[in-house]
Amino acid sequence: MADTVQGRSGSERPAARDKEGIRGGAGVALIHDSATKHVTGEAVYTDDIREPARLVEVHIALAERARARVVKLDLEPVRRAKGVVAVVAAGDVPGINDISPTGTGDDPVFAAGEVVYHGQPLFAVAAGTVHEARRAARLAVVGYEDLAPTLSIEAALESQSFVWPEGRMQRGDLEAARGRATGRISGAMTIGGQDHFYLEGQVAMAVPGEDGDMLVHSSTQHPSEVQHMVGKVLGLPDHAVTIEVRRMGGAFGGKETQANLFACVAALVANATGRPAKVRADRDDDMVMTGKRHDFLARYDVAYRDDGRIEAVEMELAARAGCSADLSGAIIDRALFHADNAYFYPAVKLTAHACRTNTVSNTAFRGFGGPQGMVAGERVIEEVAFATGLDPLEVRKRNLYGEAPRDLTPYHMEVTDNVAPELVAQLERDGRYWERRDEIRAFNARHPYFRRGLALTPVKFGISFTLTAYNQAGALLHVYKDGSVMLNHGGTEMGQGLYVKVAQVVADELQVDVGRVRITATTTAKVPNTSATAASSGSDLNGMAAQAAARTIKERLIRFAAESHQAEPNEVEWLPGRVRVKGDEIGFNELVSQAYTARVQLSATGFYKTPDIHWDRATGRGRPFYYFCYGAALAEVTVDTLTGEYRVDRADILHDVGRSLNPAIDRGQIEGGFVQGMGWLTTEELWWDDQGRLKTHAPSTYKIPAASDRPRVLEIAFFENENREPTVHRSKAVGEPPLMLGIAVLHALSDAVASVADHRVCPRLDPPATPERVLMAIERLRETK
Amino acid sequence: MRHTLRFLLGHDLVELGEVDPTQTVLEWLRRDAHRWGTKEGCAEGDCGACSVVVVRPEGGRLRADAVNSCIQFVGTLDGAQLLTVEDLKGPDGRLHRVQQAMVDHHGSQCGFCTPGFVMALYAMDRRGEAVTYETAVDEIAGNLCRCTGYGPIVEAALAMRGTEGAGEHLSGREAEVMARLEALDDGQDLMVGKDGRTFHAPASLDALAMLYAGNPGAALVAGSTDVGLWVTKQDRPLDPVIWLGRVKELRRIEERTDAVVIGAGVSYTDAMAKLGEMYPEGGELIRRLASVQIRNTGTIGGNVANGSPIGDSPPFLIAADARVVLRYRGERREVAVEDFFISYGEQDRRPGELVEAIVLPRPKPTEHLACYKISKRFDQDISAVCGGFRVRVEKGVVKDARLAFGGMAGTPKRAKAAEAALVGRPWSEDAARDAAAAMEGDFRPLTDQRASAAYRMKVAQNLLVKFWYETHGEGGQIRLVGPRRVVHG
Ligand SMILES: Cc1cc2nc3c(=O)[nH]c(=O)nc-3n(C[C@@H](O)[C@@H](O)[C@H](O)COP(=O)(O)OP(=O)(O)OC[C@H]3O[C@@H](n4cnc5c(N)ncnc54)[C@H](O)[C@@H]3O)c2cc1C
Ligand code: FES
Ligand code: FES
Repeated sequence: MADTVQGRSGSERPAARDKEGIRGGAGVALIHDSATKHVTGEAVYTDDIREPARLVEVHIALAERARARVVKLDLEPVRRAKGVVAVVAAGDVPGINDISPTGTGDDPVFAAGEVVYHGQPLFAVAAGTVHEARRAARLAVVGYEDLAPTLSIEAALESQSFVWPEGRMQRGDLEAARGRATGRISGAMTIGGQDHFYLEGQVAMAVPGEDGDMLVHSSTQHPSEVQHMVGKVLGLPDHAVTIEVRRMGGAFGGKETQANLFACVAALVANATGRPAKVRADRDDDMVMTGKRHDFLARYDVAYRDDGRIEAVEMELAARAGCSADLSGAIIDRALFHADNAYFYPAVKLTAHACRTNTVSNTAFRGFGGPQGMVAGERVIEEVAFATGLDPLEVRKRNLYGEAPRDLTPYHMEVTDNVAPELVAQLERDGRYWERRDEIRAFNARHPYFRRGLALTPVKFGISFTLTAYNQAGALLHVYKDGSVMLNHGGTEMGQGLYVKVAQVVADELQVDVGRVRITATTTAKVPNTSATAASSGSDLNGMAAQAAARTIKERLIRFAAESHQAEPNEVEWLPGRVRVKGDEIGFNELVSQAYTARVQLSATGFYKTPDIHWDRATGRGRPFYYFCYGAALAEVTVDTLTGEYRVDRADILHDVGRSLNPAIDRGQIEGGFVQGMGWLTTEELWWDDQGRLKTHAPSTYKIPAASDRPRVLEIAFFENENREPTVHRSKAVGEPPLMLGIAVLHALSDAVASVADHRVCPRLDPPATPERVLMAIERLRETK
Repeated sequence: MRHTLRFLLGHDLVELGEVDPTQTVLEWLRRDAHRWGTKEGCAEGDCGACSVVVVRPEGGRLRADAVNSCIQFVGTLDGAQLLTVEDLKGPDGRLHRVQQAMVDHHGSQCGFCTPGFVMALYAMDRRGEAVTYETAVDEIAGNLCRCTGYGPIVEAALAMRGTEGAGEHLSGREAEVMARLEALDDGQDLMVGKDGRTFHAPASLDALAMLYAGNPGAALVAGSTDVGLWVTKQDRPLDPVIWLGRVKELRRIEERTDAVVIGAGVSYTDAMAKLGEMYPEGGELIRRLASVQIRNTGTIGGNVANGSPIGDSPPFLIAADARVVLRYRGERREVAVEDFFISYGEQDRRPGELVEAIVLPRPKPTEHLACYKISKRFDQDISAVCGGFRVRVEKGVVKDARLAFGGMAGTPKRAKAAEAALVGRPWSEDAARDAAAAMEGDFRPLTDQRASAAYRMKVAQNLLVKFWYETHGEGGQIRLVGPRRVVHG
């Protein structure tokens, strides 16, 4: 009998038929639309596009100071070097040298005058090959006048140096609540950042056209923004710029705003030379020059009762925004929105700061600040557990959101779709929490050097962009005369399976096989003014927009079928692959062909905007989220107390995806998200030296999980649920929430560490919990014994 | 002397007269051969996206190894067959069973890592050995995937044997490939180049020794797992490049009664089995070192020759009292591995002198030897601290101790004060703890991105306690990974 990967049972075979008889409607576990192209190497990524003639390759040269005035920049030797075609720097930008996504004016393409982080782009060299460009770049003569850099969150707090106004949320009477409490603890923790480590690095190829037009193939999650930025730096209107992206080799938020730079540099070079230009960053350069998940400093103060119930929480979150605003304002907000995780705080005051430092500007990353807020919230729970001597799971359960009045978030939104109590109870039971707790206690008493730990943590994650305007999407659908369908929408494919999911929605709506729906590259020329494919919103927004477009065409066809049979539209039955009207059955192709002849328009756009959401940052009140996603994970680890090394032996996951559009894809998001979250909190450590240089800028020094780090047993189950809101087929978003399931691993490690001091002292194990951090925590706890 | 590089790309003969000595296989594939299926994820051997399979005749059979095309130079393909992801699909368009298994089990999301995984698994499939969960994750330890969390890929690995798919177009032509590759193996020295820079692949040890002595400034390349990065990450314009991969004498493992002699051209993969027989701990150390792809080309010789303070094999070799055989023209000399490392960046090797072999003494019954590799991640990670320890215990008393460490000083180094604290003492926990305390006098480790000085010292000390526990008789091995790991109860 062959070995098996435990917890993975019978993945569905490709192209399964759904019950109604079409292939690949909504809810079917289809394979990824590009799966066969992935395995054959035929899938075309930006760097694989057949290169146009006379292409130049571009290297971006980086600053070597964390903060300095550039007093000299002599690029003549670079220009004269072998193979060099052009050199561009700040002074060569014909439009505006700024690509700040929120209009703060603090993100130059190339540093002008002052350098604000080590690794900031200074100039770009275009040559016949990138090797020539790279070698030439070294010949630049750069003179710096050093300025004192701000390198830590603490230093930025000290000097009150922020990139965005602070965020605030408050509810209830803190003093009164503290009065009701029996205990109070305060503490602080640091939460590490995370590099995206998309396998495909940042890349863009710009092709100049007539009238100064520019086409840019860009590996981006946000084509409309890239379009706008390219226009801005070239001094062109948006209509002169087209951005196209078929697929990305991973993104995770790292290509939401960070792709702008590469596309703009490619376009600047193409514009300056009149030749196509490609920028593909070397991995090390990419990691040095692009933003990451924000690291945080969290200070907390919690008042609680002996029974483990929280009465009051005060928390101050400080994020390392880095040298510019980028998306940090919205990110600290989302951290605040999730500092409660799934727990009710009777009285609460939360503040968040986006600290300006002389390090790379941090950016979006799966969860967008939410995970950091949640990690801080889970620490608060842990503190209460150790203070009261209760099992952490007991404390978690006692504080979950419940019936009114225990259903109000710190931002005054009622939680009306709460399934956390049932979901946690189910995992506690199915995962045999208490039996395993006993087994672990026995093991720990027995083993000389190993300790096991266990933790069950919930996730509640809010879905919608908190910038309300972003919650809109468009789609374009053509039905050709032969009945084949072409679909285009504003969402981008980064591996998450958005294209296939949206195609399934369209196939379902039109009741045709999914194979008939052609999915085409995302381009600003087809659907304009799109939002970033981010905030887990891809299928929610684009699925609805595509469904609307399909519905429009379907209604036209129904009307046509009715008219041609002298019937009422409601007499037309829309069936798999055909319609029936007055006893007459017409195949889809035939109907389409007849409709064409009768001059029925067979192309439609679709549009969607999320209803009922609003958010007022000034008052800290609103309904920023359309709904919440829930989940929970139970993790078990073994720690070597002599070395701090550990293994995650097992994880059990129960997750709520509503009514899944594609269970295979959703499962992949859950598993991948969990492992990525676990990596963030364990081995993925970003390390800067005292000069502000990032020293973990390659996979040799920055360690994302490898295959053997995956828990040997990983059970994943969907929680039976459907979205209470009328989302597309009552599904729920799945991109980000599973990342936070990884928090269970941090707490299981903490539990194992706590055992060395008989669970009397909170280990305060700050992530990333590298073997070093684990060992040092163990040593600290041993001293308290 | 031959001036044409010859190899098979799939089943097509490639002959190149002009070869940039440091052009990587990956770059050649993507730029010159127009095969875009193989991806670059890091250009430093760490992500596996660029994995290809290199096939060579060996012992009358074909041997297929996955390697990182991003750090191998094109010249190293001489006499081999190169297979890339484009070769796997059948002529009838059917997917290879490895590819089909990946599709069936949802093994790709963004797909960028996928060609690399497919090639790594193809090499495994071709070897025909049993695929278990453990062997599968070990096989893909050098392939990073940021999307899937690996479960579906492991599932595909376990299922590939039982999956229907193409394959005959490759397996059915092995005899032909064998014949063609044997015909390419002409025993002639090779020299190719471009723009005045040259790549040499001498075919005999004598030719190599003479060539290197005459060009002491040349970049000597064994497995290219260090040298490749000098090119991709530092743009070093190496010239001339001398590759020792065609020197058969260097690829031998010679058995002597008291020792085993490992040629400097023997890959980690090949050394691992032999080493593991003699020293299970050494074998397990090599399994933890880097990844299958790196081990398929990288050598212990290179690991010693590069003089790195954080190489994993030196602590083990020093503990085992191994020696380095050095060769200059016709002259040979031997030095203890321990003495080879003089100071940071300086070794006992004169210009033009090459490492010919490592002499590894066989273990003795009263000796205990153990290796410990401490890193942030278990697989494919450079050590923060690596320990190779050997004690000889007679009648319960420590007669001799060799405690060697990597990562604790500017060179791989013995902890002499700690050793002194042990010798003559009963092999007890107290003795181990005293030795650990004495180690404070041996090392002043650094703080860097891999670990702090405090952790390095603490963990090095604790490893002595662990070593005692594991070897004093009652305890037994306590490892989280490897063949003797503690399995879930
Ligand atoms: C992804 C990755 C992971 C790695 N992980 C580890 C790890 O876990 N542990 C570890 O210890 N190392 C690790 N390494 C480094 C390790 O692979 C190398 O140190 C390797 O041992 C070098 O051997 P090579 O044959 O590839 O040498 P090469 O790269 O070919 O050469 C290395 C150096 O040795 C010289 N040299 C080679 N052969 C000879 C000879 N016969 N005589 C004289 N000089 C010679 C070369 O000129 C060069 O200076 C890793 C490397 C990579 C890329
Ligand atoms: S590209 Fe990453 S290993 Fe070669
Ligand atoms: S599928 Fe995206 S990195 Fe593996």
